[in-house]
Amino acid sequence: MDFTKSKVGMNRAQGLRVAVTGGTSGLGLALVRELRARGARVAFVARGRERVGRVAGEAPGTHGIVGDVSAKTDIYPIAVQILGELGGLDVLINNASDLGPAPLRLLADTDCEDLERALDTNVVGPFRLTKALLGALTASAREGRGAVVLNISSDAAVNAYPTWGVYSASKAALRHMSAIWGEELAGEAVRFLSIDPGDMDTPLHALAVPDADPSTLKRPEVAAHELIEAILAALPPADSIAVGAGSPAAVGEPS
Amino acid sequence: MIAATVPVQRPSDARLLVVDALGRITHARRADFVEFLRRGDLVVANDAATLPASLQGRHVPTGREIEMRLAGRRSLAADDVEEFSAVAFGAGDFHTPTEHRPLPPPIAPGDRLALGPLRATVTRLLGHPRLVSLHFDGSSDEIWAGLARHGRPIQYAHMTTPLALWDVWTVIAGPPVAFEPPSAGFVLDWHALAAMRARGVEFATITHAAGISSTGDAELDARLPLDEPYDIPSSTAVAIGRALADQRRIVAIGTTVVRALEHVASTRGYVASGSGVATQRIDETSRLRVVDVILSGVHEPGTTHHQLLRAFAAADVLGQADASLAARGYRTHEFGDSVLIERPVLNEQILSIPRTSVGFQSDRWCA
Repeated sequence: MDFTKSKVGMNRAQGLRVAVTGGTSGLGLALVRELRARGARVAFVARGRERVGRVAGEAPGTHGIVGDVSAKTDIYPIAVQILGELGGLDVLINNASDLGPAPLRLLADTDCEDLERALDTNVVGPFRLTKALLGALTASAREGRGAVVLNISSDAAVNAYPTWGVYSASKAALRHMSAIWGEELAGEAVRFLSIDPGDMDTPLHALAVPDADPSTLKRPEVAAHELIEAILAALPPADSIAVGAGSPAAVGEPS
Repeated sequence: MIAATVPVQRPSDARLLVVDALGRITHARRADFVEFLRRGDLVVANDAATLPASLQGRHVPTGREIEMRLAGRRSLAADDVEEFSAVAFGAGDFHTPTEHRPLPPPIAPGDRLALGPLRATVTRLLGHPRLVSLHFDGSSDEIWAGLARHGRPIQYAHMTTPLALWDVWTVIAGPPVAFEPPSAGFVLDWHALAAMRARGVEFATITHAAGISSTGDAELDARLPLDEPYDIPSSTAVAIGRALADQRRIVAIGTTVVRALEHVASTRGYVASGSGVATQRIDETSRLRVVDVILSGVHEPGTTHHQLLRAFAAADVLGQADASLAARGYRTHEFGDSVLIERPVLNEQILSIPRTSVGFQSDRWCA
């Protein structure tokens, strides 16, 4: 698919420092590829060392980080690498998601461990990572670059679909947490977005609905493009970042 | 004074000794520190996150155990991580006080070190058998991954439990470039930042690679603090320029902020944005050009941090403060209590310092 980007949009993503979790498959991979194509500086996180290496190799200039956002002890090593490699952060995309039991099950037939794992990946992990990166995000906001946290949501976060209970409950929690973060951090000028990208042709969807016809599903590249546009729209207008961009200018008055 | 030995950044009983511009001493709950700020004050903090800078491993030529504590870097650039200066320690870890640690094996240029997943070559000695320059193998991403996975926060024997990064990162932590935590920033949480905003207090940050505080070797310790690179964002330079022009107070959270801002002001004549390397010491002979108030930890007389406080208060005033800290059992070290010191306002300083000459540039320089 060919995306014709406006010149302004292209410029706006240029140099943006973005971290994407779950960046080696599905929507996350599409986000990494398009962000890179548009000139952003991208760090992505995923669990599999081999896949991380492969994606980083295919997208030179991106920074691949091996880590599991559901594991408490992985969060700070991930944060060190994101902030070390990018030198700061403008945008965090909490995309890594756990479906819960596969195949999907009635809630009453669900093992507690499946719920816990999904909550760790979909709620607690994004909470921990956001917290660890909040200093860098607020610094970016103070510098006029803006700061956005995008939490990938789902229509299951608001609708009660039978057998989707684990995923639904976790995404509902993430959605509400995004709203609270957004209220509390408005003063720091950090924007929180919670967006449902729609039903996509991704490994997660195939796990949930194995017999779905892929031609009826949204392509992850289309969703990635829409999400990036939403992020850019949430950042301050380009002309307000002259200070943050560090262009030489005289301010104040001479003595 | 007693050492704080529990890694809690904001203990509910933390205390604050306040020295005002007239040298008067009061005591407060540290949680109330925002009440000592005024509308129009500009608070500047160091947003450096702390590197896991202690690397255990092996000195390959002898096969002996070694701990390398990363201690310096020439710049804060994200891809400039091949070269670090580092202090070597023999076998063992933080449980042994640094001055009792066994010496490392003799180190020579060209020696290889195996530090967990990291491999490094000693490129030269830096005027002392334990202070060396290291060159890490691999890409900058591989080096960051190795540090993130294998490194531990530098810590000292007064803290008996191993520190995790979440213990030493301030809430505002950003670029992981400090070798030890800029611990004055432990006072900050998001509630305090919101309270400052509600009070009309401005907030800005710099990034300064806070260095190590002790090596256990008298000769090396005499060289501390080592040179420390820093970055000043344009927005911070602008905010400082405006505060200076308006003669509003500038409050530094921690000694590293003082060191960076006074370094740039003394070398450039104003607070320029961009990168620099702080090389100076600050003591009673230093004339402060930028910072009016410092919030810092409780430091024992004789330390370089304590000497820096002399730039803010006369010897007799600081002596009274020290006596009061000791008498009341204030806790020292990074998780201890705090002091807030406002320097006396002298007419000479108001008149002679370029407090109305402001501007910024973003070129790079090195001192």
